[in-house]
Amino acid sequence: MTPMDYEYLRKFLKERSGLDLSADKTYLVESRLLPLARKAGLAAIPDLVQKIKTGDGKLATDVVEAMTTNETFFFRDKVPFDHLRDTILPGLIQARAARKSLRIWSAASSTGQEPYSIAMCLKEKGAALAGWRIDIVATDLSQEVLEKSKAGVYSQFEVQRGLPIQLLVKYFTQSGDIWQLNADVRSMVQFRQLNLLQDFSHLGTFDVIFCRNVLIYFDQDTKAVIFERMAKSLEADGTLLLGAAESVVGITDAFRPVADRRGLYQINPARGARPAGAPMLAGMRIAAAR
Amino acid sequence: MRTCLVVDDSSVIRKVARRILEGLDFQILEAEDGEKALEACKRGLPDAVLLDWNMPVMDGYEFLGHLRRMPGGDQPKVVFCTTENDVAHIARALHAGANEYIMKPFDKDIVTAKFQEVGLI
Repeated sequence: MTPMDYEYLRKFLKERSGLDLSADKTYLVESRLLPLARKAGLAAIPDLVQKIKTGDGKLATDVVEAMTTNETFFFRDKVPFDHLRDTILPGLIQARAARKSLRIWSAASSTGQEPYSIAMCLKEKGAALAGWRIDIVATDLSQEVLEKSKAGVYSQFEVQRGLPIQLLVKYFTQSGDIWQLNADVRSMVQFRQLNLLQDFSHLGTFDVIFCRNVLIYFDQDTKAVIFERMAKSLEADGTLLLGAAESVVGITDAFRPVADRRGLYQINPARGARPAGAPMLAGMRIAAAR
Repeated sequence: MRTCLVVDDSSVIRKVARRILEGLDFQILEAEDGEKALEACKRGLPDAVLLDWNMPVMDGYEFLGHLRRMPGGDQPKVVFCTTENDVAHIARALHAGANEYIMKPFDKDIVTAKFQEVGLI
């Protein structure tokens, strides 16, 4: 791959997906795109670049999907799901007792482990959420991973990385080395294709947004724009969850970190991005600005 | 440093498990069957047991029953690690007091995730 090819792919991926590749990521591009080139009957990445330049839309989509599909697993990092179970959901069950509805968005759902982990957390609440309307919306840029997600089928390796054995036995059906999530859990999640660079106001507003380990691939300006739009998509007392290596600090003041709850953010009341009035979650305090 | 008793009749599996668990800061003890594992537990209870199911002399399931009946035997976290990969075996293991269950083949990520799940890491 020539430096010109790499530069072309960098710009192409930035425009199409927001992916911000630094100059030292040639190995990543080669490792992900060479198998794709071979699959398409091409000898090497420069041939792939030529095909994209000549307007091969299918190949262009495949390139974006190959570069943006990221590894994930059930209950990834564990702590965010502990917060969901122990802090966020109890607060919301109290705050939404009158309307009995919850909306949760998994904003980069990849192969579905995150939204299904959320669904299992809600299932485990049992009677506390009986009769509630639950919307879990899972979005991803890649149509291919969305199709895999909808099927809810995972390998033996995938179900062992983060998923407690009790939940595997309770919510999955085994077929040899393959495990499929039961229909009642699958039906809790709606999967939709979405590019975070584009408008997402049509999704409505949410009580909780999981946007973990995706914004790290965007540049600062793009992150700031997405945070601003996410603030408008979050209820005034809602919670945003970011990945362990991510933060809003120094990028936007639309959100403020929740004290003693790493990775959790709420709308900054000082900004007045949305009309105030709804109470903060029970047991949660907004941290002092850092 | 926490201790983990690795119980498996395959020396290769014990070696692989030892390498992974030492990387997670465990001190490793080894036993090649359930009977030898029980003797080791009588000398001193480990913090964790990584336990195969099918072994000569005494299998992992029988060992688990004996362990849980020992004074203090409810304390060690027991993680099965076996080729018995069907729901019926998993359910039996959990009912007998296993804390987690690894279906072979396994890798470092799986062992780490399971040990995190039961609070050992």
